Amino acid sequence: MIWQFDLIILVFLVITAIISLQVKDLLAASMIFGVYSFLMCLLWAGMAAVDVAFTEAAVGAGVSSVFLIATVLRTSRRSSD
Amino acid sequence: MKSLALISVVITGWLLLSAVGDFPDWGDPNSPANSYRLSQHFVTETFHETAVPNMVTAVLADYRGYDTMFETVVIFTAGIAIISILRRFTSDGADAGTEKVYEKRPDLIVDTTCRLMIPIIQLFALYVIAHGHHSPGGGFQGGVIFGASFILIALSRDLQAAHKWVPEQRVLNLAGIGILIYAGFGLASMFLGQNFLDYAILHKIMPASPIEARYHSMLGVEIGVAFTVTAIMYSIYSNLASKGTMKEGL
Repeated sequence: MIWQFDLIILVFLVITAIISLQVKDLLAASMIFGVYSFLMCLLWAGMAAVDVAFTEAAVGAGVSSVFLIATVLRTSRRSSD
Repeated sequence: MKSLALISVVITGWLLLSAVGDFPDWGDPNSPANSYRLSQHFVTETFHETAVPNMVTAVLADYRGYDTMFETVVIFTAGIAIISILRRFTSDGADAGTEKVYEKRPDLIVDTTCRLMIPIIQLFALYVIAHGHHSPGGGFQGGVIFGASFILIALSRDLQAAHKWVPEQRVLNLAGIGILIYAGFGLASMFLGQNFLDYAILHKIMPASPIEARYHSMLGVEIGVAFTVTAIMYSIYSNLASKGTMKEGL
């Protein structure tokens, strides 16, 4: 783990987490959630947990983003709260 | 209500952060997790007992085989639940007249790119499944990537194009077959007189030594997991994208 690299990723992680909860456009929220998953994947890879990083990249950043976007496009795009 | 939620989140976060100080250092060889004899056994003995270089796969598919088997069952159940909620069967004659003919001409650039990419993605998925004991990867990751290649077909052209390759009936059969493959390895070792999922005894019906039998059985169960995960990932997508009608994708 390189601490400068870690610090940048963790700062972006917190920013993406807050944005994906706050933004009203659900399509944007699900895409930012994909970014969050990818940053988590980079963190796992940095900790040498390559299997976990691989799963996070395939499931978290890949397929679950597709599922969320498909759901948003088939339901409503605006958040009510 | 929102302020109440904020207060509870802040308190929980403060409790979690105050516990961080008690953690051992990252990668500390003397931390309880690393010095416990079970971890020591996995680190030192996995290769001698199973001939699998990637310790993670050996723990997931052999030492903790029950866990992975029922993880696969969880994925299967999730897929069945989504199908039972979303899938709608309309009678064939009722809305045949009102149903609009779905003509979507695929975009040239998107279509050509996906035509080139999909075989490579599928080849990589098979590599991830088959090479899971030597490098990172395995049934779950490979299955997800393989399912994603079918999702890419459905996205770049339309759902009907993907259905030529993976019709609904075939998808559901594959999902069940995957779990049956996994459970079959367990039952086979049970019938030969060992515990459920204790692969070493399978050397009696495989042309291999007991250690190699564990190695090859792990590949077998990974393939079973990959079948289920591929099928369920595609099934979830096709149900979500077509509102359960299986006719028209996104």
